[in-house]
Formats: sequence, structure tokens, C-alpha cells
Amino acid sequence: MKKIISRVFLAVFTALTLGFCALIVKAGVLISQGAGTDNRFFVAMVTDGGGVNDQSFQESAWRGMQSFSKNTGAKVRYVECQQSSDFPINIDKLADENTDLTWGIGYKLAAHIELASKINPERNYAIADFSFGENTPENVTGVLFRAEESSFLAGYIAALTTKKGKVGFIGGLKGLVIDQFEYGYRAGVAYASKKLGRDITVKVQYAESFTDSAKGKAIAMKMFDECDVVFHAAGGAGVGIIEAAKEKDMYAIGVDMDQSSLAPKNVLTSAIKDVGKAIEIISLKLMNRETIGGKTFSYGIKEGCVGIPENNPNLDKDIQSSVKKLEEKISSGEILPPGTSEAYDKFISVLSSMKI
Amino acid sequence: MTRKIAKLLKTPFFCTAMAIFFGSMVACGILLLTGYSASESLAVMFNAVFSRPKFILNVILKSTPVILTGLSVAFAFKSGLFNIGAEGQYIVSTIASTITGILFDFHPIIQIPLVILSGMLAGGVLGGLVGILKSKFGIHEVLTSIMFNWIALYLCNFVVNIERFHKQDSDGTYSINPSGFTLLLNDWKFSEEGRNFLKDNPILSDIILKTDFNLNFLIAVLIAFIVWVIIYKTKKGYEFRVSGLNPDAAQKAGINVQKNTIYTLFISGLLSGVAGAFSITGTSIHNIQTLSMFENYGFNGLSVALIAGSSPLGCIISGLVFSALIYAGQSLQFKIGAPSEIVNIMIGIIVFFVALVRIVPTLVNRFLEREESLDVK
Repeated sequence: MKKIISRVFLAVFTALTLGFCALIVKAGVLISQGAGTDNRFFVAMVTDGGGVNDQSFQESAWRGMQSFSKNTGAKVRYVECQQSSDFPINIDKLADENTDLTWGIGYKLAAHIELASKINPERNYAIADFSFGENTPENVTGVLFRAEESSFLAGYIAALTTKKGKVGFIGGLKGLVIDQFEYGYRAGVAYASKKLGRDITVKVQYAESFTDSAKGKAIAMKMFDECDVVFHAAGGAGVGIIEAAKEKDMYAIGVDMDQSSLAPKNVLTSAIKDVGKAIEIISLKLMNRETIGGKTFSYGIKEGCVGIPENNPNLDKDIQSSVKKLEEKISSGEILPPGTSEAYDKFISVLSSMKI
Repeated sequence: MTRKIAKLLKTPFFCTAMAIFFGSMVACGILLLTGYSASESLAVMFNAVFSRPKFILNVILKSTPVILTGLSVAFAFKSGLFNIGAEGQYIVSTIASTITGILFDFHPIIQIPLVILSGMLAGGVLGGLVGILKSKFGIHEVLTSIMFNWIALYLCNFVVNIERFHKQDSDGTYSINPSGFTLLLNDWKFSEEGRNFLKDNPILSDIILKTDFNLNFLIAVLIAFIVWVIIYKTKKGYEFRVSGLNPDAAQKAGINVQKNTIYTLFISGLLSGVAGAFSITGTSIHNIQTLSMFENYGFNGLSVALIAGSSPLGCIISGLVFSALIYAGQSLQFKIGAPSEIVNIMIGIIVFFVALVRIVPTLVNRFLEREESLDVK
């Protein structure tokens, strides 16, 4: 009996080993054949920590890529990073895949995109939400959004909607990009409160994260005790903020995408920052052999890359129409929403003499 | 003839090779079960490592930290200590070297040793602390070092967010001053002259331009030799080994085991410290970033040391194999979408088989004995 078992065991073992050897041989054949080439225009994007289903910035970017692929037949793909140490690995691997254009979605990738552009001078890179200013390498394109414009609208809407006279703002991490949201929003509130002739205060807090939705929710739950409208610019952490609005039955204002699907009754509107559209515009430019390297593009309401959604079921009709007028004023340059602390101070000092 | 084969079968090298072979076999089984083409995966992994000079060099460069943390773990192992704290020692070392690298800016001849020494010391102090807690208060080194790992992780996040070091609009610190870089030809390869030269030499460009070309690996190999000498050729090394084999006997023989525990963990921490410092000086972008989880350089060192059977020189080879597997695993995920966890499973299985194939020498011995008894008859 013992002998039979050991024989059977030996036979199975040998068969498996032989099968594995056959696999290795087959793999060897595949290696010697080499890979087939795909000559389609190839655009790839790297996320900066969130996944492409973050209901926010990254998802908007990926939708833009997909629509670009549908319209032009270009090959697109995304690569998700779990944490910062993945950035160089993924950007490097994409360079080996012969991309025509690699997008870094988010300013965290800036240093890595810059390095990759130096290492791979023959490839094109683009980065959303970051500008290298005058030091932009020849093969890198920066894309900035005038998010203060849509945030201004959000602040205006929040101030017109609030009953308690207090509105909130929750940011991800403090920095130049989120400053645009914060000060644009503050200015929008100030603008509306002048129009109404009523004092409306803004409470501001930071979640110190773009991914921690539990923390976002905790902060928002607290904030909704005082405020009845909260605007967030906190990426994935904002999902928790909208959840809090749902639980407390208050209003949240979404960001980056139309986030009304997250809580149809409690999302007042969204300050859209359509990175996807910008990706389409820039990628198309490169496909048509326009020079985009070494430049920084700035997109706002005028280009249709920021704004608020067409349909806002929770928004008062009157407010909606006055927002339309405000939008035109921003688009024509009559109102310049501030995106930094200094610009905000200037805006406030001018505001008192402004006709509304 | 049979004797020769038997002798070959008993060598550690053959055992490890067998472990790797069977580990990949099981991993292929898992790939097949999860619906991926196993042969294609193998081909992708092979190409990911060998198809371009850049890949080969990258595997070598990326093996440097795991060889060093492997040495760190192996060294402690030899004295009967389990240094699971290599991860934390690695992290504090990156923190210390980044801080010194940013604060000071001397000539490279002073700056590079300064940055590396500060990293080493930070790792060594953390290791020594674990040693003191163990020898003075009898707290087990595994417990304390796991806690120190977490302290190091959050210390890193804390330092990243200090205003003096934090680079705005990023999630990391500033890079260290270029005088602390241990990259070769770094200025030249980005200069006009270097670019023009490399344009006409695709292979050289692959090696020099597309990687963080440096010599840290060679230093890691040198350190492996030094560790080997310390363990096997010095009086202290003998004491360490004896303390590891039987602490009571060592104590009786007049070896100060408690003191040696502190020494061992200090040196072990120094070794992990070198790994951390090299990661800062030799890898772009030369800074530390907010960590949401461990980067696993220290924990991978455990696997490297286990595969090498705690042999310092074996760590070089197992570190290379390990780094190749990780590097190939990233491509596996990238190219055919198979989860990179498959590679982690494979590594786990290999480590498991390494422990398992220790029975091979025993089996061979039994086989030989039977042969002999037959001969006698």
C-alpha cells in the first residue's frame, strides 16, 4: 500500500513537473517571437494615489481619456498608484510601452514627471494641476484650471441658499491648488452677501487627506452643526462629506465632477473641474502635431473646463438664472475671482466699491 | 557517480534553485486557476528582467536595499535574534539622511559620508535601543521592533509635514542637496554634451540615462563580505554565533550574552541604515514622502535572509533573485493585468519551499545509507 501511494505521488509529481517544463518551453517560444507592435496613438495616465473610480478628479480624467479614444481611435490606458513609491515605477513602465503622451493627474506627480521628461526626451508628458512656470521642459505641458471661477459660483450659490447664515468649506491638503477653491469660494460668498446685504461667514477646515473618506465624514458631521451648506475640495475624502450631508439632510456642494449621483437630494450643485475635457483638448492638439511642449495652458469657464452642471434639481430656479448671468460676467472678465490669499484680500477691498 | 550526484543534491545552492523552481510551478498553477495564461505570464516576467540592458541594471540597482536589509536580518539571525525591525530602521535612516542632506551642503567628499553615516547611525540607534530593552528588561525584540516600525512610519509622516522640509504642492520633502547624490555621471548625462553622446549609443543611454546609474550595489556586495568576515573570522563573530546557538552555554563559557545582544542589534540596525541611506542618495528623487503603508524594504529583507539561509554571501544572490521577482511582478500586473499579489504569493511559496527542501539532504543521506547497506550485503 505504502509503495503504491508513493508511486502515485511520484507519477503525479513527475507529470506536474513535465507540464511545468512544457510551459517554460512555450514561454521560451513566446519570448523568441517578440511582441507585436501597435502603431496607434497611445495616451496613458497615471493617478496620484486615488483610483480611477474616486468619483472625482481621477474619474473625470479617465472619462476624458475614454472619450478621446472613442473619438479618435487612439489607444488609452490608466495606471493606478497606491502610494508615492509607485509613481516612478509606473511612469517608468509607461515609458517602456512607447506612449506618445503620458499624463500625470495631480500635482503630486510633478517631480516624477519632470524627471521622466529628462530621462525620456523623446516622449511627451503632461501634468494636470501643475505649472513648471518658466522652467517647463520642452516635452512637458502643464495644465492649470481656474478652479476659483467655479468655486466662486459655488460660494455664490451657497450664500444664496443658506438659511443659518453660515457656510462651510472642507479642503484636502492646503496648497496652491486647493487655495484656488478656498479663496474662490470665500469670494463668491462675500460677493453674494454684499448683494443680499447680509453677513454670511465661512468656516474652513482641512481633512489633511484626499483619500480618507471616514475623516472627511467626521469633519463634515461636526461642521453641519453650524453650517447648512458645505463645499468640499477633498477628492476621495469628499465622498464622506457628501455622505454626512445625506445623514444630516443638509446640502453639500460637490467638486470636480457632477457628484449629484452620490446623494441626489443633498448635493446642491458641483463645482466642476473637467480635467477630462482638458485632457481631450491637449491630447488632440498633440495628435494633430501641434506644439504643446514647454507651455502651460490655463482653462476656465471660457473654455468650458470649469463651471457647474447643466441640471441642478435642488437649486432654486431664481438662483439658477442669476448664476447664469454671473457666469457670463466671469467669462467676459468683468469679475476676476481670486485664487490666492493675496488676490482675495484685494478682491474684498475692491468689492465694497463694486456695483452689483 | 551516485555519490557525486548526491553531493550536488545536498548543496544549499541546488536546494534554493529547487525551491525557486517549485515556487514558480505553484505560482503558475495559481495563474492557470485564476484564468491567466501561465506561459504568457512567464514570458512577460522573463522579458521584464532580461529583454533590455536597462531592466537588468534596474534589477541590480533595486536589489541593493534588500540585500542590505537581508544582511541586517541574517546577521541578527546568526546570533539567535529576530530583527523584524529592519523596516523601521530603514525608515528612520531615510529620515535622518534626508534631514542631513537638506540641512548641510558640503563638498561631496564630506557630504556623502555625512549623509550615509547619519542614516546608518539612526538605524543603529533604533536597533541598539531594541537590544537594550531586550538585555536590560527582557522585553522580546520582536515586540519592541514591531512597535518601533510603526513609530518610524509616523515619524516619517511627521517629518514630511514639517514646514522646513515639506515641499509645497507635493507629498514629500525637498530633495537632498545634489552634493549628497551617489549617482554616477548625473550632471553629464543631462548636459548638452552627454545628451548628444548618448543619442547615438542606445545601449549606453539605456544603462546610464534611463536608470539611476550608481555603484551602491558594489558597496553592498563589499559590505556582505565584511559581514561574512565579522561573523566567521573574528572573535566577536564567534561569540555572536555561540550566543545564537546556545545562550546558556555561551554565558557559562564567559561570553557576555547580554552585551552581545546590544552589539548585534546595533550592527544589524547599522546595516538596515545603510540600505535607507543608499535609497536616499542613490535613487531619484532623493527625498522621503508621506507613507500610507510600509514600503516593505525591511520585511523583504526577512525573505531575502530566509532564502539565503542567513548566509551573508547568499544574501547577495537571493537579493538579486528577489529583486528580479518583484521587478517582474510589476510588469506582470502592468502587461497582462494579473494582480501583482501573484508574485507575492510566489515569493511566499519559495520561502516556504526553502524551508521544505531542507529535507532533501536528509533524504539523500538516507538513500546513500541504504545503498551502502546494499553494497555491504
